[in-house]
Amino acid sequence: MKIMVAVKRVVDYAVKIRIKPDKSGVETQNVKMSMNPFCEIALEEALKIKESGLAKEVVAVTMGPSNCVDTLRTGLAMGADRGIHVEAAPDLVPLSVAKVLKKLVEVENPGLLLLGKQAIDDDCNQTGQMIAGLLGWPQGTFASKVVLDKEKQVATVDREVDGGLETLCLDLPAVITTDLRLNQPRYATLPNIMKAKSKPIKKYTPEELNVEIKSDLEVVQVTEPPKRKVGVILSSVDELIDKLKNEAHVI
Amino acid sequence: ASTLVLAEHEGGSIKAQSLSAVVAANSLSQDNPISLLLAGSGSSLHQAAEKAATSHPYISQVLVADSEKFAYPLAEPWAKLIQLVQLKGDYSYVIATSDSFGKNILPRAAALLDVSPVTDVVDINGPHQFIRPIYAGNALCTVQYTGVNPCMLTVRSTSFPVPPISVDSKSGGPSISEVDLSTLDEDSVGKSRFMKLSSQDTGRPDLGSAKIVVTGGRALKSAENFKMIEKLAEKLGAAVGATRAAVDAGFVPNELQVGQTGKIVAPELYMAFGVSGAIQHLAGMKDSKIIVAVNKDSDAPIFQVADYGLVGDLFEVIPELLEKLPEKK
Repeated sequence: MKIMVAVKRVVDYAVKIRIKPDKSGVETQNVKMSMNPFCEIALEEALKIKESGLAKEVVAVTMGPSNCVDTLRTGLAMGADRGIHVEAAPDLVPLSVAKVLKKLVEVENPGLLLLGKQAIDDDCNQTGQMIAGLLGWPQGTFASKVVLDKEKQVATVDREVDGGLETLCLDLPAVITTDLRLNQPRYATLPNIMKAKSKPIKKYTPEELNVEIKSDLEVVQVTEPPKRKVGVILSSVDELIDKLKNEAHVI
Repeated sequence: ASTLVLAEHEGGSIKAQSLSAVVAANSLSQDNPISLLLAGSGSSLHQAAEKAATSHPYISQVLVADSEKFAYPLAEPWAKLIQLVQLKGDYSYVIATSDSFGKNILPRAAALLDVSPVTDVVDINGPHQFIRPIYAGNALCTVQYTGVNPCMLTVRSTSFPVPPISVDSKSGGPSISEVDLSTLDEDSVGKSRFMKLSSQDTGRPDLGSAKIVVTGGRALKSAENFKMIEKLAEKLGAAVGATRAAVDAGFVPNELQVGQTGKIVAPELYMAFGVSGAIQHLAGMKDSKIIVAVNKDSDAPIFQVADYGLVGDLFEVIPELLEKLPEKK
């Protein structure tokens, strides 16, 4: 079986973002960029499945401008066998990403498609569900445990839902999106970073894949969230209880 | 305009969060009849439909899809159901709550309908203009939907509070109709099967809708110590929350996590004990009305959003609070 993993290049999770003065978006020039943490977890899971002998190949896919290849190289250094880069404008909407992925799935025929449950830049949490819908594949979103059964051709997935932990059984091929507690992604070692440089990356354009990129969403503006007013530091529990009772009236 | 609201029901009632989606729908445009879509099987579904039809004045129609296929919230049949109902009803909007139910199903349905959904709407600026948080709430993005019908949204229930409902006994309330499922596209239905749901029934208020939330962080050090948080919550009639670190350390189950990828809460009072205040956590609670932070480290970022801060050892502060707080009414 082949596993395909979609990875996204985003502003590093530790960077404090700056909003552009013209409010057109968030500054990404001269800012540290990394692989979206949820995508790292998806890739780690794919590598683990391969290492357990249940998959033969892990293919990492990314979309966007040429610098997204850096993210793909990171994925190859973690252990993906090869990469696919679909050269496209930045800020593709999830529906476009899903349409491109569908074409790549038709070319590659993976038995499992893994994605992060959301990207930490736009926080959309849509792409996995959309590609599953387009393919007519079952979906296991927000996964915190994945167990594959090769014989029965099913995946058992624990999902972190509002009410607790839900367990689903999915027929393969399936789409799984990963939550934080699924695993601890590995670091790329120096020798593997060197090795990754010679791993193949295939390039496509959306036109070559016959996907029309259009957007039905326009960003009007990006602004700072309202700031909370500065609070007070109290000196004792008695004072706290008094404030909550007589000033805030919440107890 | 017209709106389809995808609702969740439990024990014969519509879930409170789903009513927030109705409130959001009601603020989209003046003339906007709202149809509520309920699916499931058995008597509790019909009970919920009856209740919705008689007690929620914004709703003009209740659609009921009764089938074993909808016994569990599986995305595959539910997305097909939304597609079916949309193709029949040609709604201008399809709305769900942005909880794990809505976020799982709505994008899949949107893909089937070939439109881009908008996740986590916190404010509505105009018929097709919405505000949503990005970058864990560190920025707000205003987006304009320019596509064809339906415009599909998931809305944050904390941003659309449900006003106290006055039961209107006007004649000819909303109709209840059964959805004709004979043309439901079965492709991909049955490829996923529900096995089980493990959850803890604590008898405490629901984290998403509680008036008071008491949260503990990694500084609690153990599951045993975390019981102090639970005790305090009991005394205040509050829900219990936790940081990602506390969940990862195994002090409490995942459903208590508050933050960017956990639950989003906005109670009257949020009390954080031993919580440092990572941006991912703040994203889940900074819309709370009053925030109290107790932490040993006076530089902890949580103090920047706290209305009342107390620099101190939670192992001393919590017992003192337990002793001195008045019993809940």
